[in-house]
Amino acid sequence: MKKLVLALAATTAAIAFGAAPVAAQDKTKACWIYVGPIGDFGYSYQHHQGLLDVEEHFGDKVETAYLESVPEGADAERALERFARSGCDIIFATSFGFMDPVQKVAAKFPDIKFEHATGFKRDHPNVATYNSRFHEGRYVQGVIAAKMSEKGVAGYIASFPIPEVVMGINAFMLGAQSVNPDFQVKIVWANTWFDAGKEADAAKALLDQGVDIITQHTDSTAPLQVAAERGIKGFGQASDMIKFAPETQLTSIVDDWGPYYIERVQAVMDGTWEQNDVWGGMKDGHVVMAPYTNMPDDVKAAAEEIEAKIKDEGFNPFTGPVYKQDGTLWLEEGQVAPDGEVLSMNFYIKGIDDKLPN
Amino acid sequence: MMRLELVKRPQHSVLFSAISPLIALVLTMIAGAIMFSILGKNPLDALYYYFIDPLRETWSLHELAIKAAPLILIAVGLSVCFLSNNWNIGAEGQFIAGAIAGSILPVVFPDFQTWLVLPLMLVMGVAGGAAYAAVPAFLKARFNTNEILTSLMLVYVAQLFLDWIVRGPWRDPGGMNFPETRDFHAFAILPELMPSAGRANWGIVFAVLAALILWFILRKTRKGFEIRVLGQSPRAGRFAGFSSSRMVMVAFLISGGLAGLAGISEVAGAIGQLQPSISPGYGFTAIIVAFLGRLNPLGIVAAGFVLALSYLGGEAAQISLGLSDKAARAFQGMLLFFVLGCDTLIHYRIRLAGRAMRGGEVTTNA
Repeated sequence: MKKLVLALAATTAAIAFGAAPVAAQDKTKACWIYVGPIGDFGYSYQHHQGLLDVEEHFGDKVETAYLESVPEGADAERALERFARSGCDIIFATSFGFMDPVQKVAAKFPDIKFEHATGFKRDHPNVATYNSRFHEGRYVQGVIAAKMSEKGVAGYIASFPIPEVVMGINAFMLGAQSVNPDFQVKIVWANTWFDAGKEADAAKALLDQGVDIITQHTDSTAPLQVAAERGIKGFGQASDMIKFAPETQLTSIVDDWGPYYIERVQAVMDGTWEQNDVWGGMKDGHVVMAPYTNMPDDVKAAAEEIEAKIKDEGFNPFTGPVYKQDGTLWLEEGQVAPDGEVLSMNFYIKGIDDKLPN
Repeated sequence: MMRLELVKRPQHSVLFSAISPLIALVLTMIAGAIMFSILGKNPLDALYYYFIDPLRETWSLHELAIKAAPLILIAVGLSVCFLSNNWNIGAEGQFIAGAIAGSILPVVFPDFQTWLVLPLMLVMGVAGGAAYAAVPAFLKARFNTNEILTSLMLVYVAQLFLDWIVRGPWRDPGGMNFPETRDFHAFAILPELMPSAGRANWGIVFAVLAALILWFILRKTRKGFEIRVLGQSPRAGRFAGFSSSRMVMVAFLISGGLAGLAGISEVAGAIGQLQPSISPGYGFTAIIVAFLGRLNPLGIVAAGFVLALSYLGGEAAQISLGLSDKAARAFQGMLLFFVLGCDTLIHYRIRLAGRAMRGGEVTTNA
């Protein structure tokens, strides 16, 4: 009983002195909601690096907060509302599944800016969307894979058959086909963004089928580690994973959200924030290739060349002629795919021997 | 060598049985405070954000109701199963089945818009959940299969079916090929109770009503007696003329129906469409809620709110103190550990048993 009394006293004291933090008026508060843990060393980790960039850039002028592992569903709306009520000036919702909750909460808090990554709904003037052209990096990976693979077969661990992932597979394949027109890819749908166990199993299944290079569109480092055990090469995902597979990683597509986050927080400070729909690529610094490692110099040179072509000459991986899987012509010679068609992509290009699940 | 043994107490204290969850709560607070200070946070602040902050504002109370409603609805259904010795571990799947069955009208027939839609959806949700629960029930009653395994495995079937249906046939035609159904139209949305104050919807009313009705049935009716007798002593139940295979069906249908109602209430209420993932594991958490509430429907209402509070509090502590999401989960784990620990120690006492006392037996075991 004594302990109960003590605890009650403690709770009362907590209410009395519990220091509800006084919001400093001159600071801009920026808040992030992550779908995964910041320790995934992939997608959410990389967004968190963006948060740290914002802190470093603005120092005392900014206050930050984040929530990790927020499920996509009814919980997301509560998390957003809590942020909105806790004095955030700008809220970054970093996963596609937060799309409808963002619209609902944004309607209630017109003075707060909402930024939604990878979505397409901007129902209210205080909602902006942003995304990156990761498929540019996948094209470069395809070139490397085709040059490195002896068997001409790559394994691809995919998460969910949404346009983002499908365009990545297609871009990878177009890059590979530019080197080896007969290149093949085996695809495993892991149906998860982050599940080290499942991803490792997928990697093992692919290796057992005889692929000699793997790439992934899931967020953990497990596939690379499996590749390292089996002595083959692979690509990192979302962040530079070289620490986890120093002998294995060829390169990685690094999502650098920092520049965008700094720009948008600055806009809030300046009062110049406006709704936008940004789809930044290599040229904007949003997509960065990790150092090319574990490969011969000529492959490295080829990779750097194609990277420069995308970055400096504005080369679009989806430039015709491109045929769909069934053999029909999608893009004519020299024709560049409109962004809208890429963003809703739900078909494979010719040469992919897999059935798109839908 | 010394061994620890649990020995059943001849009689257990009624007082301590009643306040056991409170003792557990206090022990959790103390252990939690130690963990928070090791993490370098002020333990009083942390406890404040956990247990008080989410209760300070109206909107947050509404969120509490939203979080608690599915937990309570599922858990009261499970209490019938568990009391009658039927181990339904598949409420998560029944929740999803109810959500899918209930969503047929707004997704497949979006032009059918009258006030009838919502009641029909709720009925179909209940029917969907009950039908899905009928599968392991039938297998158990007819073939004596292990319902723990069958009901659990059907969870994964339901999850994958939902995943397939929102990516395939039910995908929103205007949704840029993203995996979600069209938004439900206005007639298919479960109304909010007080829209100006927060987004709590009728789900919590269903939950409390279900708890009251089941409490009445379990305590005051012959059926309730039958459920408890068959659970505690199937043999005695048979002598009394109760059919245990019929009880299997009844328990699973009630439990599945309520899980289905929770499912359709969640998608028609807080979410507003079907998505690949509609539940952060409510069906499993509800098992904990059922035991935390001591399989008593009224206790379950309280337990549902406590668990919901621990989620909201975990978020508040994450935002305000930068406590990791993992610390929040560990804290939840502590609560359950202490609840089970207190219960065990009220019913059993620990005895130290030395080798000498059990001589021959121990050596043969070794």
